[in-house]
Amino acid sequence: MLSLVILLPLAAAALILALPRAERAARLAFVLVTAVEVALTAVLWAGYRDPGAGGLAYEEQLRWIPNVGSSYHVGVDGLSLPLIVLTAVIFLACAIYDWNATDRPRPRAALFLFLEATSVGLFAAQDLILFFLFFDLSIVGMYFVIAGWGHGDRARSALKFFLYTFLGSLALLLGFIGLYLGAEPHTFDIPELLRADALRNNPAGVWVLGAIVVGLAVKTPTVPFHTWLPPAHTDAPATGSAVLAGVLLKMGTYGFVRIAMPLLPDAWRAWAPVLITVGVVSVLYGALVALAQSDLKRMIAYTSVNHMGYIVLALGAAGAAGESATAARETAMTGAVTQMVSHGLITGALFLLAGVLHSRAGTYSMGAFGGLAAPAPRFAAFFAVGAFASLGLPGFSGFIAEFQIFAGSIGTVPLTAIALPGILLTAALFLRALQRVFTGSTKGKSTGFQDLLPAEAWSVGGLLVLSVLIGLFPVPLLDVIAPASAALVGVAGG
Amino acid sequence: MESMNSGADALALLPELFLLAGAVLALLAGSFTARERQWISRVIAVVALSASAVASGVAFAAVASAAGPVAESMSVYDGSYILDGGTAAGRLIVAVSALLVIALGVDELRGTARESETYVLILLASLGAVVLAGASDLLVLAVGFLLASIPLYALIGIGGTKAGAEAALKTYLLGALFGILLLLGVTVLYAVSGTTSYAGLRGALAAAAPAVVGVGLVGVLAGLMFKAGAVPGHFWVPDAAEGSGTAVAAFATTVPKIGGFLAAYRLLEMMPGTVRWPLLIALLSVLTMTLGNLAAYTQTNPRRLLGWSTVSQAGYLLMPVAVAGSIPIALPSLVVFLAGYAVTNLAAFAVIAAYPDRTELRAYEGLAAARPWHAVALVVALLSLVGTPPTAVFLGKLTVFTAAWDGGFWWLTLAAAVNTVISLFYYLRWLAPAFRAASPDSPGAGEFTPRRWAGRTAVAGAVLVLVVGVGAGLAWTALGGLPTG
Repeated sequence: MLSLVILLPLAAAALILALPRAERAARLAFVLVTAVEVALTAVLWAGYRDPGAGGLAYEEQLRWIPNVGSSYHVGVDGLSLPLIVLTAVIFLACAIYDWNATDRPRPRAALFLFLEATSVGLFAAQDLILFFLFFDLSIVGMYFVIAGWGHGDRARSALKFFLYTFLGSLALLLGFIGLYLGAEPHTFDIPELLRADALRNNPAGVWVLGAIVVGLAVKTPTVPFHTWLPPAHTDAPATGSAVLAGVLLKMGTYGFVRIAMPLLPDAWRAWAPVLITVGVVSVLYGALVALAQSDLKRMIAYTSVNHMGYIVLALGAAGAAGESATAARETAMTGAVTQMVSHGLITGALFLLAGVLHSRAGTYSMGAFGGLAAPAPRFAAFFAVGAFASLGLPGFSGFIAEFQIFAGSIGTVPLTAIALPGILLTAALFLRALQRVFTGSTKGKSTGFQDLLPAEAWSVGGLLVLSVLIGLFPVPLLDVIAPASAALVGVAGG
Repeated sequence: MESMNSGADALALLPELFLLAGAVLALLAGSFTARERQWISRVIAVVALSASAVASGVAFAAVASAAGPVAESMSVYDGSYILDGGTAAGRLIVAVSALLVIALGVDELRGTARESETYVLILLASLGAVVLAGASDLLVLAVGFLLASIPLYALIGIGGTKAGAEAALKTYLLGALFGILLLLGVTVLYAVSGTTSYAGLRGALAAAAPAVVGVGLVGVLAGLMFKAGAVPGHFWVPDAAEGSGTAVAAFATTVPKIGGFLAAYRLLEMMPGTVRWPLLIALLSVLTMTLGNLAAYTQTNPRRLLGWSTVSQAGYLLMPVAVAGSIPIALPSLVVFLAGYAVTNLAAFAVIAAYPDRTELRAYEGLAAARPWHAVALVVALLSLVGTPPTAVFLGKLTVFTAAWDGGFWWLTLAAAVNTVISLFYYLRWLAPAFRAASPDSPGAGEFTPRRWAGRTAVAGAVLVLVVGVGAGLAWTALGGLPTG
């Protein structure tokens, strides 16, 4: 079942590529396959029962490279299931959004389906080599999305993205080899490594975790490894940005909760002050730089640095040394995973909306617009909802996530409170952007701006509705995440 | 080490005999047929290589099913030629590589004045590589070296072009020099040990003066580094890659390495601990990968770029050699990397062979639009050279990185990782134009008319790259080195 969710988009991508000149069919297939994926993941969700600490649901394992203790091993728990569903939802939104796209829709659909397969595969992987495989393939896929369908200085941005994240992936690989060699018997299997708990009290563990943290921090990205993100987002196509921000960035933070924290808990404790600092700096720096942007898409890109910073902060706090405050740690951890989902939905929607701006006017510059609410009321309304969701207004998923992150983090490490102004800054920058682009008299490129097309409205609307649903009824999501968070804190906490 | 009777010994050498018989028959056939019927030689060569591949495959499967003690100890002709999983895999890789070389070269070689001779030389040089891979006696090693080298000189110059002649001369001079060093090393090692058999070397050399053993070893290794295309014997590689015909370039950058690395591995495995050879090999490895990468950085000719890239790959291939004999997965990882490297490099050369007139990277602009399958083949081949999963070289890199680190050379693994990042940059310099739209001033103007066989070989090679990458893990059990748990 789980393998089907991974392989279906891959098979569809191969089929689409093999059928030349089927451009219209490719578009339809893209929407249909991503819709089936959403349905399949909904079935997974409906049938999910918490497997208990260290357990996995929908587990599958096949021999692959037995001599190095690596296998095709997939399974889900409360940390990965929400992200798999999120992946399916984001890709469906992208498929709908791209319904009217005319630029080589066939290879584009194939590439996005390929990316969907790698993303689901990564969140399901229970083997380090399998994880690495999907991690690297996601980089390759996104490189081609940016280089092939981007705009502006896309070749350069794509190259920077590839080189930077590939550097991260090699650091990650070194860390994985370290984990492999540290365990006796040698293995790449994540549950087995968890049982072996090999590098506990081993000074090498700090170095191994260092390599893994650097690898994942590049992907997340956190300060100071974030410099690839703004150009990649600015020059990527709208759906590419949505997938990059909505799904691919989560691979970094998911790696923290799947690999770094549970497999190297005491090294994580040693690193926690660094991680908390990096998280705080990412939150504040990301928000401040975003505030200074005049390019709307770059601004949203920097808010990603800010939002991902909350997650790193929470994970650092949840695994920090100190007196046990288990409940607070669990709250921070649950908040971090919720934030991954929430950020995916909201920022995905915002990037799609920014894409509308570019498709109509050819620019993201906020100065080129003014009074856009008059010619494009639907666009303005959707953007306002997305902005309020992103700044963490109650009633949206962002509030649930960030509230838990701060409640938990401050409860564990009170100093994390210095990241709180990040929320204020985000509010300020979104309100300023809303004011500059949408209010006042209609001028510049706003004149004659065509409002959202049905495809655009449905895709963005779907993401925002989900964010509101999580904001109003968070319990079904939290019920899935919380037991897994508690299990992880049990391994990694204090 | 039980000696079998000579009849059974000969039977065990069936893959080698097929190559030899094929070479003789192809030479005879080529001498007596008109130029337009030289395809007969090609058929003979293909049949001989296929038979050799099948026989090797059977031997490989036999080793696989025997798994364990038999794989360790089987050898023929009084222990001078070892028949373990490494040899079995080496033979198979050589035969399949030579087949791919002929497939990608059909269009280029068909009807040329030296068609038969090219096939004969390919068969002989392949035989030399196989003998190198299986040698477990210094004299057999020397014979293998000559058998692998002399046909290669002729092959590189056979096209008769000016660049080819220069490359052939350079290769010949270097080969002569390193060949002498190898023979000198063999002489020294024999002088201090009184035996040429690897089985006897370890014990005899342990008692000898380390300095003398070191001198002898360095001499032999120098010769083998020439075959492997690694520092300090790498100078001929980029010239041969650029100057010779495409098929020959593909052959010269692939097959000799297979023999060279396996030979180096087997020799070093038998060296006593009195000589600090692991450190020497590790340093050569870092030098080779770094030099190859930095030199490849600025190349604009795809052949020369691949030529330098093969030098850097030789650096990674030295990593398991540096831990030869001390880490269970060292030999399997070397073999897996060799197999992955061979199919990958040949797939990349097949793309070049499909469009032989494109001498700069920019000339590939528009390939993806005009010939999507060839562009996909190029992506698979180049990403494999980078080491992206699930391609063949990734599996090789993963295992050699692990083997080197496990053997204590964590800094070697780190250096290899850094080099991998550097290498991505120049492989992308080739990949990026292929996916750009062609502009009117692109060299070649986006018109892509492939040579048919070469194009098919490129796609088939890319499929093989993925098959090896995904499937080699399961075939691995034949190579021993099972994990301790």
